[in-house]
Amino acid sequence: MNRNLKKYFPLFVLPTLVAFTIAFLIPFLLGIYLSFTKFTTVNDATFIGFGNYIKAFQNHDFLNALWFTTKFVVVSVLTINIFAFAVALLLTRGKKGTNVFRTIFFMPNLIGGIVLGYIWKLIINGILARYGVTLTYSETYGFWGLVVLMNWQMIGYMMIIYIAGIQSVPDELMEAAKIDGASRWQLLRHVTLPMVMPSITICLFLTLSNSFKLFDQNLALTAGDPSKRSSMLALDIYNTFYGRNGWEGVGQAKAVVFFIIVAVIALLQLKITRKKEVES
Amino acid sequence: MKSRQRASNAIIMILLFGLAVLFLAPIFIVLMNSFKGRLYISDAPFKLPTKETFAGIENYIEGMKKTKFASAFGWSFLITVGSVLLIILFTAMTAWYITRVKTKLTNGLYYLFVFSMIVPFQMVMFTMTKVANIIHFDNPIGIMLIYLGFGSGLSVFMFCGFVKSIPLEIEEASIIDGCNPVQTYFRVVLPMLKPIVITVAILNVMWIWNDYLLPYLVIGRDYKTIPIAIQYLKGGYGSIDMGAMMAMLVLAIIPIVLFYLSCQKYIIKGVTAGAVKG
Repeated sequence: MNRNLKKYFPLFVLPTLVAFTIAFLIPFLLGIYLSFTKFTTVNDATFIGFGNYIKAFQNHDFLNALWFTTKFVVVSVLTINIFAFAVALLLTRGKKGTNVFRTIFFMPNLIGGIVLGYIWKLIINGILARYGVTLTYSETYGFWGLVVLMNWQMIGYMMIIYIAGIQSVPDELMEAAKIDGASRWQLLRHVTLPMVMPSITICLFLTLSNSFKLFDQNLALTAGDPSKRSSMLALDIYNTFYGRNGWEGVGQAKAVVFFIIVAVIALLQLKITRKKEVES
Repeated sequence: MKSRQRASNAIIMILLFGLAVLFLAPIFIVLMNSFKGRLYISDAPFKLPTKETFAGIENYIEGMKKTKFASAFGWSFLITVGSVLLIILFTAMTAWYITRVKTKLTNGLYYLFVFSMIVPFQMVMFTMTKVANIIHFDNPIGIMLIYLGFGSGLSVFMFCGFVKSIPLEIEEASIIDGCNPVQTYFRVVLPMLKPIVITVAILNVMWIWNDYLLPYLVIGRDYKTIPIAIQYLKGGYGSIDMGAMMAMLVLAIIPIVLFYLSCQKYIIKGVTAGAVKG
């Protein structure tokens, strides 16, 4: 079987591999190379070492975007997961008719980032109009606008994962703890929470990487205004590439830094939370 | 004890009901404003339309003209369906091969696919666009192949996880019965993959249908998908036609809601499975 199948490589693997090479592998390797060069198109690159990286880290917009993104990630990961877990607890108390709520809470997750951005732009501007300002008046409004938007989009998704986790906690375990006289808070703290640790790992990972890579919502809601102060990393990289002549190399260097941050966070986070999981 | 229980139940229901209203309100507000004259939207988005401000379906007509919505819908639909079909067809085959044939090469490929999942799009954004341009992939067919390539990481990974759980004996039996690997795959393996095919298809539909930046950079000048058309409505420095914007947001949401309500069970199962694997 094995040997027989082996010669079918061109049929089974080649189409995917060719597309993968064109759409990912070549652009990825070329991207790393170009981050060390000065270029405007791909064929006029000259090697300049770490120049682009130095420029990137001296670039005020980049540092601002890095800080803005970090703050945003911390706030939205915490709020989304706390709210989603709370809603999941409410929905798993064994009441009838909760499926309707599940359906409603999950729906925003399917709507695309651009559409989401413009929906919330209307609403937040409508609220701010009472105070005579708009979303792009200060980056603080943009920041909280993005947090609210992200919560609206992601809570339902995370809630679904938490519900699956909570439902898989064995009833006997809960009963045993109750007989031992555990209070509701103790049940949550010492039984439910450790048992749903795998779900928490997944949800933290998903919210973390989604918040970090946010682009569409950022573009539609504030487009970085006022004067790039509400730009997140992805949008800043985009603007460096396409908004500033001669800065393509710096844009690519920023993109490599972005990639490294995303990869390191993802791996660290997986490692840390995997350790805390309990065997069931 | 019992009345306390009942009271707490009532509180939970009220809480959930309030939350549901909060979750649905944004969509209703957009829907409501899509029927108001465009000058009455930004100032008072929370007011119901009155006789003065009601504009009928004028915004929809204007918006569809401005965005060429019918054509945007067509491109979105064609690109999504085409790409997802390609992804399902090819990545499932690849996943089966690299799971069943154990060599250094297939092992290396597996890790390469997994690795590609953590690379953010901005890392390859510029170079991918250039490559697509040079080899003339900047058209609706080309972009399907790009989606196949860029989306293969997650899809191969998910199919591999599923193939590992299929007992080898079934495939061996079909070989003994005289099937060659191609027949074995299409007649025996593929039908067994059905649940994971649905999951992978849903995850990719949600990604590609809503994707903005990739199609904008690769084919955005000539072929506008729905997210691109909506973003174009914003235009350069001029003011937005808020009426058209509201109407187009509604039109963009309708297909998603229909899709969601018609295959809700699969969608929720699919994204949960996708999350657990991812």
